[in-house]
Amino acid sequence: MEKQIIYMDNNATTRVAPEVLEEMLPYFSELYGNPSSMHSFGGQIEAKIGEARKKIADLLNCSPEEIVFTSCGTESDSTAILSALQSNVEKRHIVTTRVEHPAVKNLSENLDILTGHKHRVTQLPVAADGTVDLQQYEDSLSDDTAIVSIMWANNETGVIFPIKEMAEIAGERNILFHTDAVQAVGKIAIDLAAVPVDFLSLSGHKLHAPKGIGVLYVRKGTPYFPFLIGGHQEHGRRGGTENVTSIIGLGKACELAARHIDRENTTVKQLRDKLENGLLEKIPNSILNGHKTARLPNTTNVSFEYVEGEAILLHLDRYNICASSGSACTSGSLEPSHVLRAMGVPFTAAHGSIRFSLSVYNNEDEVDFILEKLPPIIANLREMSPFRQQRHK
Amino acid sequence: MWDYTDKVKEHFLNPRNVGEIEKPDGLGDVGSLACGDALKLTFKLDDNERIVDARFKTFGCASAIASSSALTEMIKGLTLEEASEISNEDIADYLGGLPKEKMHCSVLGREALEAAIANYRGVELPQAEGEIVCECFGVTDVEIRRAISESNLRTVEDVTNFTKAGGGCGKCEEKILELLNESSRGEKLQAIPMSGPRRMTNIEKIKKIEKVLEREIKPTLKKDGGNIELIDVDGDYVLVSLRGTCASCAKSQTTLKEYVEKKLREQVLDTLIVEEYRQ
Repeated sequence: MEKQIIYMDNNATTRVAPEVLEEMLPYFSELYGNPSSMHSFGGQIEAKIGEARKKIADLLNCSPEEIVFTSCGTESDSTAILSALQSNVEKRHIVTTRVEHPAVKNLSENLDILTGHKHRVTQLPVAADGTVDLQQYEDSLSDDTAIVSIMWANNETGVIFPIKEMAEIAGERNILFHTDAVQAVGKIAIDLAAVPVDFLSLSGHKLHAPKGIGVLYVRKGTPYFPFLIGGHQEHGRRGGTENVTSIIGLGKACELAARHIDRENTTVKQLRDKLENGLLEKIPNSILNGHKTARLPNTTNVSFEYVEGEAILLHLDRYNICASSGSACTSGSLEPSHVLRAMGVPFTAAHGSIRFSLSVYNNEDEVDFILEKLPPIIANLREMSPFRQQRHK
Repeated sequence: MWDYTDKVKEHFLNPRNVGEIEKPDGLGDVGSLACGDALKLTFKLDDNERIVDARFKTFGCASAIASSSALTEMIKGLTLEEASEISNEDIADYLGGLPKEKMHCSVLGREALEAAIANYRGVELPQAEGEIVCECFGVTDVEIRRAISESNLRTVEDVTNFTKAGGGCGKCEEKILELLNESSRGEKLQAIPMSGPRRMTNIEKIKKIEKVLEREIKPTLKKDGGNIELIDVDGDYVLVSLRGTCASCAKSQTTLKEYVEKKLREQVLDTLIVEEYRQ
């Protein structure tokens, strides 16, 4: 019998939607042409890619010409930031936050080596609830700022940043603005006609498309330098033969996401809230990490004091419950997540943080099952913990 | 996901001897919440200093819990003398091995055991006297030197896996590198009380002996027209052949014992015995 998996790790990756897979399959077999070919066998593929591009543009409310296909969210981030530095080569300052994904954080910390120029990086701090201060953001901008790169929503806590306001402030000063929206797209409505960002990154596998496909949105008129230089694909904006099947899959996934976006904010949110409130209620010394409302509807990050995340995850794993943790032990590094540390979450809680991230494929029975199984796991581990009694004697 | 052995998983899911002994004979409390793992070990002794009961409380990941559980099973029934011989490698071996990034969990076990024994004996722990190298995890040079020598660590990454040092901000990497270089130069490791005799493989021993011969002993003997050759190493016995003027020198035995043996004992192993090889 197949194991029944309870998958609540959708910020890590998502299942490919059955409709998406179905849409892709013919392009693995009989429809294998190269979209760049002159014959109609290849030409029909180009037309199909055009359809996919249109569906993605519709989800973001932008124009299809503004969509550039890449291999992943990381490539999109690198392309946007390095492009901005090349088009503003005299400017040597970049503004980002302390809670960015490594794709932006580690890149911004290595710009000097990559470009051969010395750069100044401002990593904006966040408050205890994971939010940034708009005034502090505005004050950090200068004439020397080449680009701002701030995530739309945080992968670990789900906290949403005020990207519209931030992009407007940057726009007033003619500073390029990039947002890593990998976690936001498909979970909350994105309207690029109203939000004046210059670049936006998204990743297919976070919204039920396959792994290995990403998009960089480049607003019309934004100066642009390709990251992968080669053929004329993507109008010379990204060399390399198109990942045809995945592009088609991503198109379908975006069509589904547009249809599901209401459900994300109703059904999924209700399930998330039930899980979150249930855990906080049933388990003493549990703390919500991140802002209560300015948050993705699918994400909850809860710390259980005095216990360690990996141990919790491995116990959950016995029940085939998939979640993740910001603890040191799960990451392979020795310190807890940089996001929780930036929020000032005390060590007592940071090591015992668990993230559940839901999708439209979850149901209430699964939430009830977790609410039944997790409290005794925590109680059991606390029984074993040397710190538990110090505070409760 | 970590590749844990079945034994690690089994000890994690069904840990033995969880708890705390009231009025224990020895108590070891190591690690901290900040570091991400902590272990409190308590034991009870009989009149012959034999461990009759051992309990643990652990905050940490699966391998920390499994290492603690394994440790209590291993030490029950042992005398304190026997228990103090247990190394972190022994704990890892008992569990069928640990992922290399998790070796520090076995080190935590050994440290708790040492702390508990020191607590019983009323003595200070050696690592407390060292100088802090890694500020993120509070690891001293004494602990790092010891891990390098006991587990034959070669790289900064190894040291981080075993002691956590260098796993935070990374500012101490250079200092760790210095400690690694120091040991590979064959300089005598700081004597550490309470640790068992340092085990060295034969090849390691031969290499170190050769190094000392080449760098120090041969140049000195050559000044007087003599020379020395390494013939064999058998356990602690180092067989050498004296050449040149040394071969016929009346004081050759004195040179061998007072100079060559002394040098090798200082720099390689203090139990070495140097003898002249005769056909």
